[in-house]
Amino acid sequence: MISVRNLSYQYDGTSRAIQFQDFSIPQGEHGLLLGESGSGKTTLLHIIGGLLRQYHGTVSIQDTALSALSEAALDNFRGRQIGFIFQRNHLISALTVEKNLALSPYLAGLPIDAARIDQVLASLGLQEKKKSRISELSHGQAQRVAIARAVLNKPSIILADEPTSALDDKNCERVISLLTDVARQNGATLLVATHDQRLKDRISNRIDLTTAP
Amino acid sequence: MSLLTLVWNYLKARPLNTAINILLLSLGIAVITILLLFSQQLEKKITENAKGIDLVVGAKGSPLQIILCNIFHIDFPTGNIKLFEAERIAKNRLVKKAIPLALGDSYNTYRIIGTNRAYAELYHGELAAGAWWNEDLQVTLGAKVAELTRLKLGDHFASAHGLSEGGHAHEEHQYVVVGILKPSNSVLDNVILTNIESVWKVHEEHGEEEEDGHETHGEEEHAHGTTFIPSPLIPTVAKGDSTKEITAMLLQYRSPMGAIQLPRIVNAQSSLQAASPAFETARLFSILGVGVDILMGFAYVLIIISGLSIFIALYNSLKERRYDLAIMRSMGATRTKVFISILLEGGFLTLAGSVLGLLAGHGAVMLLAGMAEQAQRTGISGWVFYPQEWIILVGSLLLGLVCAMIPAIQAYRTDISKVLAGH
Repeated sequence: MISVRNLSYQYDGTSRAIQFQDFSIPQGEHGLLLGESGSGKTTLLHIIGGLLRQYHGTVSIQDTALSALSEAALDNFRGRQIGFIFQRNHLISALTVEKNLALSPYLAGLPIDAARIDQVLASLGLQEKKKSRISELSHGQAQRVAIARAVLNKPSIILADEPTSALDDKNCERVISLLTDVARQNGATLLVATHDQRLKDRISNRIDLTTAP
Repeated sequence: MSLLTLVWNYLKARPLNTAINILLLSLGIAVITILLLFSQQLEKKITENAKGIDLVVGAKGSPLQIILCNIFHIDFPTGNIKLFEAERIAKNRLVKKAIPLALGDSYNTYRIIGTNRAYAELYHGELAAGAWWNEDLQVTLGAKVAELTRLKLGDHFASAHGLSEGGHAHEEHQYVVVGILKPSNSVLDNVILTNIESVWKVHEEHGEEEEDGHETHGEEEHAHGTTFIPSPLIPTVAKGDSTKEITAMLLQYRSPMGAIQLPRIVNAQSSLQAASPAFETARLFSILGVGVDILMGFAYVLIIISGLSIFIALYNSLKERRYDLAIMRSMGATRTKVFISILLEGGFLTLAGSVLGLLAGHGAVMLLAGMAEQAQRTGISGWVFYPQEWIILVGSLLLGLVCAMIPAIQAYRTDISKVLAGH
């Protein structure tokens, strides 16, 4: 469950401020954050994900107001409740696929469950790549590993920032199916920020930032 | 998965960088370790060997040479002194003990020392086998001499002139081994002890062939004819004998006054030279010290460069890793965790470098002590550990932390949102 009320954000050292519309997404449902570049999609995603703090208004996740958390508590909350997928599937290239995934529970302060890692890898068709180095993966495989990493801790929210913008139609279709499937399997709320019009038909719940008040 | 595995994998991902950083530091640490082992052990040996000897009286010449020759037995004598002149000094009321030494020959480069039992007592020499030398041409071997020359009790050998191998051999007189000493960790281990008369005997026949071997005998009889007063230094010789010579005499003072007066009394005699072991070894240290200081300086430069290199490596890798760090923060890592991971990386590099350096330093000394006989004789070993090594270890760890501090602070301050948004 994501709930945004009276949210506004002022960028550092500028007079530029964005007022976001109120919205909420019930637990387990999917939402699309639409808007052109510069419309504040990434900013909103970062605020919801607890990466940005200096905002006005209320952002609650699972009935927890993020502003009420201390910085360390927010780090912890983020690690356990939120899974991020970025446009560039940035994986830690010094580590193998398996260790990249193990990093997720470790950094969130959760026990590392090898069976869970195997299960997630299997569900994404990556069993054989478990011991592979990141440099040995294809782009598609790397994206799947990034998705696996995001869902490994069974987060209640999955935030995806432009996951499809660099992909052709076929791969775009594949990735968005993967995301919605994975979110459904894990009972997570999925929020996708994009300017990619192709996704409109896939997720009905839309928050359009360009038509903000 | 832990911070350590993370750090280890980051280091492993840049093997050349990691290796050069560790190597550079270990080189500096190894040089320092070698110098530490050598200088500490050498200093200890030198002071131990000179213990109980307040003054050495020899023939006019370099006082340092007198000390090197008569205490450490690694240099040639400055010449001989007349026995009666030595007696006169020994009689002085400021002298507590006087030990005569007659040098000149060696066996397999191990020096043969003509002296009396007081010399062995100086180093608390104890017998491991056999007996002390008693008659002419009997010898008692130092522990290391016995070990390295493989001479056994009852073995005969001819001495060679000088200290080096291939000196003129005195085949006419064969020494016989009657005793072997226990290791004393002193210069005693590397010498062959006999009485002064033996040294004379070997040399009289050889050096002064026109005067035959009975000369000593005749003189003794002559002395008996009047009243025979034995020399206080060598009882078989008459007091005041004007022909006999010794190489040097080791003195122990009765009181601190001796340190003030005796050297002056000795040096006033034109043929004699007094050398103070304390003063000369201090001078030796200061001469050696210049070389040690230069090497030390070199080692410190190496360490500073390696510190810089580690700093640059971390700083550069941090630039590449800004995104990694931001991702890790997005996955729940706290600022502190990220900060510690960078410090750990620096600490790991320097710890590995210093441990490797310490091992290499000890290894090098061990290798040297095992291979070179000269090093073996000094008794320097690589198996000795000094508390200073802890300082090296802790110091280098601190160096690593200091070098990693700036990159770590940068990692701590990283604005995750900006890094993640700004691609």
